[in-house]
Amino acid sequence: MADPMKIRAGLKGDIADVRVLMNHPMETGQRKDGSGNLIPLHFIQEIAVKLNGKTVIDAQISQAVSRNPVFSFRVKGAKAGDKLEISWLDNRGERNSTETSLA
Amino acid sequence: MDESRRKTLTRAGAASAVAAAVAAGILRPQDVLAAWNKDAFGQKTLADALKSIGAAVAADSNDIVIDAPQIAENGAVVPVEITSNVPNTKSIVVLVEKNPFPLVAKFDFLEGAVPFVKVNVKMGESSNVRVLAEAGGKYYAALKEVKVTIGGCGG
Amino acid sequence: MSLARWIPAAAFACACAGAAAQDAKKEIEKYQRMIADSSPVELFELEGEALWKKKQGPKHVSLEACDLGLGAGVLKGAYARLPRYFADADRVMDLETRLLHCMTTLQGHSREDATKRVFGNEDRLSEMEYLSAYIAGQSRGMPMAPGTSHPKEQAAFELGRKTFFYRAGAWDFSCASCHGEEGKRIRMQDLPVLYKPENARPVVATWPAYRVSNSQFKTMQWRLNNCFQQMRYPEPNYASDITVALTMFLTATGEGEPYRGPGTKR
Repeated sequence: MADPMKIRAGLKGDIADVRVLMNHPMETGQRKDGSGNLIPLHFIQEIAVKLNGKTVIDAQISQAVSRNPVFSFRVKGAKAGDKLEISWLDNRGERNSTETSLA
Repeated sequence: MDESRRKTLTRAGAASAVAAAVAAGILRPQDVLAAWNKDAFGQKTLADALKSIGAAVAADSNDIVIDAPQIAENGAVVPVEITSNVPNTKSIVVLVEKNPFPLVAKFDFLEGAVPFVKVNVKMGESSNVRVLAEAGGKYYAALKEVKVTIGGCGG
Repeated sequence: MSLARWIPAAAFACACAGAAAQDAKKEIEKYQRMIADSSPVELFELEGEALWKKKQGPKHVSLEACDLGLGAGVLKGAYARLPRYFADADRVMDLETRLLHCMTTLQGHSREDATKRVFGNEDRLSEMEYLSAYIAGQSRGMPMAPGTSHPKEQAAFELGRKTFFYRAGAWDFSCASCHGEEGKRIRMQDLPVLYKPENARPVVATWPAYRVSNSQFKTMQWRLNNCFQQMRYPEPNYASDITVALTMFLTATGEGEPYRGPGTKR
């Protein structure tokens, strides 16, 4: 996908309202494919939100988070030009990250 | 060295040392984050999940605000927005009581994050969504019942 | 037991049922608002943008010269003005029909190649679906205003209206069988009476849409195809006149409604 992850962030004073969209199957391991075989577990396990390189939110999630997850967070002490980076790691060891500058 | 500075160093200051170790190939990037709690996420009852994260005892709190619809048209995506007004909230934990594995997510708020989160969860059937806030080494709890018209775990 | 004692109890029960139904409706509306607010749809729009600009097909060109009604490559507001008549094809076209036209004429694809996989799945949307998300998103906030002045546009509307009420197929169903009478529902879903403007408006303002129940992104061509299937009709040809006519009828019935962008539904 062109952009498998996207951050939408807005500053209100010194609080950044952050929304992050992720493209990920978040397979529970309970679904079956067309041939009746179970589709294996495949889901994001860890997410990190960093402001200017410093981790501010550290999340552990399960396969019970919806497919193509969308999260909203709030980070304080932020100002225009600050770098916001969000990354994830899944159960297969695959990872992705994206960043944006706060405006 | 005062307490807050020491705590900062264990996170941010250590980060640069860790980054160097990662770059040198000594530490894998995933080691920097808290390791995924396989044991807790694998528990099959609410009581066991709570026990495994050390939250067997949690005082009910009106300071945890759960905003979620009472009825979800489909259990595949149930939006839950949580604000913890418990002072010094360090983490928010989300569980769906009747899911095959009740523990759904744990969010740790380090210096600089507001104890707020919105997440979409899967619910297999109508159930209570239980939210815990951890503050000062103790857990506080609130819950909201969500009725699901069609279960969303798949299979 | 006297009648006088029964009436208040019955009235109370009726009022309760009415109030409970209203509460349920409000909570479902809240669910719909909350999922629309946290939707991955924008990721599909971004992928659609990449596909729009990608050189593809035997002629190895992008779709950027495609005219969706407002001029070659003009996307802002184009979706809200569809379906409409296109002189170069001498046909009324909806978005997907027009995209198919550009894929064949500009990019040199055969119709067969371009329609090989028009409906995707949860793992990967079809190119048509990504493109639809992107192009529809470019009409956010604009009033739905399909073409109404050309004789073929009017004929398409009439064909769509007639088809809406026309009973056929193995079950003798028409669209109106489900969408033609107030108060009907399928399980928990209220069925909107779609020939009424006030009901057509929110519908035309929110398609194409991401469906959370199967994590798939669906277009109007898919929606009609699926309705035909549910009515036990034969499958309609992709981008056929009948599908464009029905979309014209629905969009014109909901005209004026500001387009909300690709939707998120159950």
